[in-house]
Amino acid sequence: MSIAAAQKKGFGAFLWDYLTTVDHKKIAHLYLIGGGFFFILGGLEAMFIRIQLIAPENDFISAGLYNEMFTMHGTTMIFLAAMPLLLGLMNAVMPLQIGARDVAFPFLNSLGFWLFMFGGILLNCSWFLGGAPDSGWTAYTPLSVESPTHGIDFYVLGLQISGAGTLIGGINFLVTIVTMRAPGMTYMRMPLFSWTTFVTSTLILFAFPALTVGLFLLMFDRMFGSAFFNVALGGNSVIWQHLFWIFGHPEVYILILPAFGVFSEVIPTFSKKRLFGYTAMVFATILIAFLGFMVWAHHMFTVGLGPVANAIFAIATMAIAVPTGIKIFNWLATMWGGSITINSAMLWALGFIPSFTIGGMTGVMLASAVADYQYHDSYFVVAHFHYVIVGGVVFGIFAGLHYWWPKMFGRILNEKLGKIGFWLFFIGFHLTFFIQHFLGLMGMPRRYWVFLEDQGLDTGNFISTIGTFLMAIAATIFLINIIYTAVKGEKPAGDPYDGRTLEWAIPSPPPYYNFKQLPLVRGLDPLWIEKMDGKGKMTPAEPLGDVHMPNGSILPFAMSLGFFVAGFGFIYQTDHQAWNLAIFVGMGIALGSMLIRSLKDDHGYHISKEELEREAD
Amino acid sequence: MSHDHSLNPETMPQEPEKATLEGKNKFLGLWFFLGGETVLFASLFGTYLALRNSTAGGPSGQDIFGLELVFLMTMLLLTSSLTSVYAMYHMKNNDFKKMHLWLGITAFLGIGFLACEIYEFYHYITDFGFTFRSSAFGSAFYTLVGFHGGHVVFGLSWLIALMVRNAKRGLNLYNAPKYYTFSLYWHFIDVVWVFIFTVVYLMGKVG
Repeated sequence: MSIAAAQKKGFGAFLWDYLTTVDHKKIAHLYLIGGGFFFILGGLEAMFIRIQLIAPENDFISAGLYNEMFTMHGTTMIFLAAMPLLLGLMNAVMPLQIGARDVAFPFLNSLGFWLFMFGGILLNCSWFLGGAPDSGWTAYTPLSVESPTHGIDFYVLGLQISGAGTLIGGINFLVTIVTMRAPGMTYMRMPLFSWTTFVTSTLILFAFPALTVGLFLLMFDRMFGSAFFNVALGGNSVIWQHLFWIFGHPEVYILILPAFGVFSEVIPTFSKKRLFGYTAMVFATILIAFLGFMVWAHHMFTVGLGPVANAIFAIATMAIAVPTGIKIFNWLATMWGGSITINSAMLWALGFIPSFTIGGMTGVMLASAVADYQYHDSYFVVAHFHYVIVGGVVFGIFAGLHYWWPKMFGRILNEKLGKIGFWLFFIGFHLTFFIQHFLGLMGMPRRYWVFLEDQGLDTGNFISTIGTFLMAIAATIFLINIIYTAVKGEKPAGDPYDGRTLEWAIPSPPPYYNFKQLPLVRGLDPLWIEKMDGKGKMTPAEPLGDVHMPNGSILPFAMSLGFFVAGFGFIYQTDHQAWNLAIFVGMGIALGSMLIRSLKDDHGYHISKEELEREAD
Repeated sequence: MSHDHSLNPETMPQEPEKATLEGKNKFLGLWFFLGGETVLFASLFGTYLALRNSTAGGPSGQDIFGLELVFLMTMLLLTSSLTSVYAMYHMKNNDFKKMHLWLGITAFLGIGFLACEIYEFYHYITDFGFTFRSSAFGSAFYTLVGFHGGHVVFGLSWLIALMVRNAKRGLNLYNAPKYYTFSLYWHFIDVVWVFIFTVVYLMGKVG
C-alpha cells in the first residue's frame, strides 16, 4: 500500500500519505511540524506578555487579555510544544536506536499524534470563540470553575483529548522497547536516549491519568453541576491542586529526561568518547523518575498542609539534586580529555550545562519550605522554571534537532546560521530570565498585569523584555535555516558525524523498513564497536527475508476528528441543548471508527525478499 | 494475508495469545494500560475518600446503601471473572465452542451486574433524592462508581463485538490475543469492584 502511495506524485497523494501514515519516521515529521507550530504560537504569546511588562503601568494589552496570554503561553508551551517536539524526536530516533523496524503499535502511534493535534487545535479555537482560558496553566479552582467565558471549557476538553494521545504514545514506546529490541540489544546496551524515552514513557503512563481525573472533575463541575470544588455543597478546592500536581510534577521530568537523553547522545559523539558512567546515568534517570512522583506537594507549600508534610516533601525534593548532579558530572567527565568538535548541536549541549545548573540551584532554594513562603508566586519562581525548561528542555530540543536533522530529513542544517542562532538565543535567554530572579526577590509577583513605577522594578523588566527579542530573532533564524537547508542544504552520507549508535548504521533518511536485516548488537555503542574492530558496519543477525509492514489507515484521523467535534458539543451544550447533537455525531464518528478498526482484519503486508534485494544498500 | 498459514495452525501453540509478536505486544500493552488505569482509579478513590463525609445535609452512605443488593452485584461480577477464566482455559485447549459458551455466560453475568447498578442508582435518585448534584459526596460517589460502570459497559461492548465478529471464524493466532486481552481487562474491572465494595459500601455502612 505505502509503496504505491509513495510512487504516486502530486500534492493530494502526498497529503493523503501523511494523513494515513503509520510510519514512525513520518509521524515524527508530523509531531515536529505540529509542535513547531505551537512553539511559534507560544512564543508569540510570550512576546505579548513581555511587551506588556516592558514599562510600568503599560497598557499594551488589557488585563483580561493578559490573563489569557500567560495561561495560553504556559499551556501551549508545555502540552503542545515541548512534549510533541520531544515525542517527535523519540519517534524519529528511538526505534532506529534499538534496531527495530517500527514501533509496537504503528496504528496507535498515528492515533496519538492526531489526538494531540486535534486537542491542540480545539484549545486554540478558544481565541476566536469568546476568549481563551484565563486561570493560569494550572487552572486552580475555584477560579477556573467561576471563569465566565468558555475558555476553561476549551482548556478541559483540549487537554483531555491531547492528553489521551500522549498516554497512547507512552504505552506504545514502552511496549516497543520491551519487545522489539534487536538481537543482542540488552537493556544495559541501550543508548541513553532510548533509556530516557523508556523512563519518560513510564512517567507518562503513571502521571497522565491523574490529570485525566482532575480534568473530568473540573468538566463535571463546570458543565454538569457537580460539586467537587463547590465549598457550599461540601466540595474541596485542594483536591484539584493535588491531582494537578500529582500529574504536574512528573510532567516536568517527562519534559527534561528526554532532553537529558539528547545530551547524552550529543556529548559522547562530539567528544569521541563513550558516555562516562553509563550505568550511573541509567540509574540516575530511574531515580529521578521515582523521586519525581514523591514531590508534588512542593508546589503547595503555602496551602497549609502542615509542617510535617512540608518537611517531608522539602527533603524529597532536595534529594532529586543528587541524581541530577551525578548526570551533570558525568557529562563533564565525558568531555574531559575527549577530542571535542564544536558545532551547533554541541553548542546547545555546552550552553545547557551551566544554564540548567543555575535552574537546579534555584530549585534547591525553592525546595526549602520555609524560604518558599517568600518565593512563592514571585518572579523568582518564574525565573527558576524557565531556567530548567528553556535552559534544559528547549536547549535539548535544539541540540536534538541539529544532531538528528540529517537522519530525519536527509539534509544537514547550516552550521553558520545554527551557531549565530545559538549565541543570540543563549544571550537573550540569560538576559530575559537571570534578572527575573532579582525582580522576584524584590517582590514582583508573577501573573500581574502591571507594576508600579519607581519600585526598583523598571530597569529589570526592561532588560528582561529586550532579551525576549533576541530569542525571537534566534527562533526566526532557525526557521530561515530550515528553509535554507530544505532548498540548498548539503546532503549527508548515512553517518555524517562519525556516530556511535545504530541509527547511524543506515542511510539518511532511512528506508521505510529501516533495517533490511536486523543488526546484531555486540555491546554499548554498537556501531562504534564495529568501527573500532575495523568492520565499519553492522553484522546482520538474520538472513535476508520478507519484511512484515503495517498498513496505513485514515481511522486515527477520523477518531480524533470525532472527539474534536464531540468536544465542541460538550463545551456548548451548556448554552443550548441542540449542541448535544454534536456530542452524538462526534462520539458516533469516534466510536464507529473504533468499531471498524476492531472488526476489520488488518494483517499488514510483506515486502518480499526479492524486492529488498533490488534496493541498493 | 488472511491465507497466512502461520495464523491458522493445525495445532494451537501452548499460549496462542503470545505466539506472535503482535500478540505479545497487545498482551504487554494492555498490562501497561491497566497500570495507567490503576492511577486513574486511585485518583478517583482519593477524591471519594476526601469527600465521602461532605454530604451537605443530604443523605449519607449510612442512610442509603443496602448491602443485600451490593452483595448480589459483587457475586455476579466475581463469578463473571471466574467464567472468563474458564473461557481462557478452553482457548488454550483450542476448544472454540466452549470458549464462546463461557464468554457468553460472562457477558450475561456482566449485564446482570449492570442492571443491578442501574436499579441501584435509580433507587437512590427517586427514593432518597440523592443525585450527582446534591452534594460533594454525591458527585464523588456517582463519579467513582459510574467510572467503574462505564468500564463494565465498555468491556461488554468489547466482548460482544469480539464474539459476533469471530462467531463463524473460530480461533486463530490473530484473534486469540484479542480474547486474552479482554479477559485481562475484565479481571481488572473485577479487582476495582472489590475495592469499591470495600471502600465505598462496607466503609460507608459500618466504617
